[in-house]
Amino acid sequence: MSGDILLQVKNVWVPRPGADVLRGVNLTVRVSEIHVLLGLNGSGKTSLALTLIGSEGYIPTQGHILFDGEEITSLSVTERARRGLTLAWQEPARFEGLHIADYLALGMQSPKRERIEEALRAVALAPQAYMGRTVDGTLSGGERKRIELAAVYAMRPRLAILDEPDSGVDVLCISDIIALVQRMSQEGTSVLMITHRDEMADVADAASLMCGGTVVQTGTPAEMRVYFAQRCRPHENLLGSQPWDEKAGGTYQQVVTEGIRV
Amino acid sequence: MNANTNTHTTARVSSSVLAAQNPAWAREFQAILKAYEQAGGRPDILRTPRVASAVISGNQVLAVNMVEGVNIETEELAQGVRARITVAPGTKVAYPVHLCFGMTAEKGLQEILSEFNIGEGAEIGFLAHCTFPNAVNLQHVMNAQIHIGPGATMRYREGHYHGQTGGIEVLPTTHAQIDEGGQLESEFNLVHGRVGRLSIEFEVDVGASGIVELSTKAYGSEDDTIHINEIVRLNGEKARGLTKTRVAVRDRAVSEVYTTAEGNAPHSIGHMDCTEIVRGQAVARNVPIVVVRNDRARITHEAAIGSVGRKELETLMARGLNEEEAVDIIIRGMLG
Repeated sequence: MSGDILLQVKNVWVPRPGADVLRGVNLTVRVSEIHVLLGLNGSGKTSLALTLIGSEGYIPTQGHILFDGEEITSLSVTERARRGLTLAWQEPARFEGLHIADYLALGMQSPKRERIEEALRAVALAPQAYMGRTVDGTLSGGERKRIELAAVYAMRPRLAILDEPDSGVDVLCISDIIALVQRMSQEGTSVLMITHRDEMADVADAASLMCGGTVVQTGTPAEMRVYFAQRCRPHENLLGSQPWDEKAGGTYQQVVTEGIRV
Repeated sequence: MNANTNTHTTARVSSSVLAAQNPAWAREFQAILKAYEQAGGRPDILRTPRVASAVISGNQVLAVNMVEGVNIETEELAQGVRARITVAPGTKVAYPVHLCFGMTAEKGLQEILSEFNIGEGAEIGFLAHCTFPNAVNLQHVMNAQIHIGPGATMRYREGHYHGQTGGIEVLPTTHAQIDEGGQLESEFNLVHGRVGRLSIEFEVDVGASGIVELSTKAYGSEDDTIHINEIVRLNGEKARGLTKTRVAVRDRAVSEVYTTAEGNAPHSIGHMDCTEIVRGQAVARNVPIVVVRNDRARITHEAAIGSVGRKELETLMARGLNEEEAVDIIIRGMLG
């Protein structure tokens, strides 16, 4: 892998009531890179996403987050967004009375109707059918997810974190999402795509694997896809949401390895 | 009592002719039109012959325009106006009737006593703008009686603008009777300028297969007080009712929302939906009361009271808005 580093996560620990949800995360995302973050449910992927955007309750007690070389660990969600770091939520919020066109325009520095229409078309939604609708319960879950992706695309961020863009949408939509991610990368946006569909790694330049609250492997998408499919999938009950028991000793790498041997 | 009854059966003389005849009338008319615009109204519509309308300032009826099938009778009282609006059976009115109520004075009382009688099978809408832009110590009392005939539909939308002083009391009381198959959609908005003191009392009795939807939106600040009491009685078989209340309060404002839905007949269905957002030292209270007198009726309610959801806030902040901007977007959307 080559290219300038955009995001650097160094030994980040984040506590939540009952357990640390992130335990010494290290991760690097480069400019215009599509980086896939794989992991089972409960492995800490969404917690990492929320930590990266500065969400309340996900404040690191150790470690550093650097964005374009600048320390952003203590910056607010707004300040990080204004530097070009944003998130498409796995289950996007709904907003009564807020029109889709206005919602998309919120993140744009110079809102233009053409860009809003282009963003809607990029997620396979007809602008004339959606511009005047509202971002509320009248949208289906799949429509809302597409709107969220369109809003992030319209914003032209430097780093877009997409939290499971492939969940809750129909299979036919997966190709639209892949095309959108590639388009974002071509236009200069780095993408950190969280998923537990290993096939989504096909479009990526790099991939990392999370387990037990930390990144245990980073490599090429092909390597990580094989690793994930063959070694993690069979052990979903052992890994994933089960926090690593410090008393048992050992390392996360050992957890993964022992899981493989079962 | 200084009473002056006008029964208007044809369109009024044009405003330009009247202005030439009576400069005082012209000044008041222009002032209330300006205030009407502040409240979100379009003054040009009040001069359009094909749109029924009435313009009332204080206790003066400044203009009335009628269209076929819509009769508006007015009576000037000592401190207000009595208005009787009758829609003939079967009348379908293309454009909503525009009503402008207000006072440009700083102090005083305006009492509007109104009757709406919607004939069988008629369909009509009303767009009312109530404007008190200079209120310092002013009271606006409304007492409305609504009768919706069988199969008739009435849509009533009322928007208020009160200026920024908060020196106003708005006290509307309404009783509505909906006959079999009739429909009433009523929307009340007070989201621009200060609320002052608002106390809404709304009772509605719904006959068989009748439908009522009450939507109330208010945004209180400083020491504003908002009191809403809505009672929906679903008395006829298959009657349906919905109350939807959206209130935001900040600073030291207080909001109290009481909604009652009664399922009194078989297959009557009612729902109460209340959302109140609280900021600063403000206080919000919601008391839903469910009464069911028939074992085949069903009444439900939902309420969300408190701060703006963190996820909603952070979603907007992740687009670059600061927290205050995000809250404002959420509140404006909810009240919009």
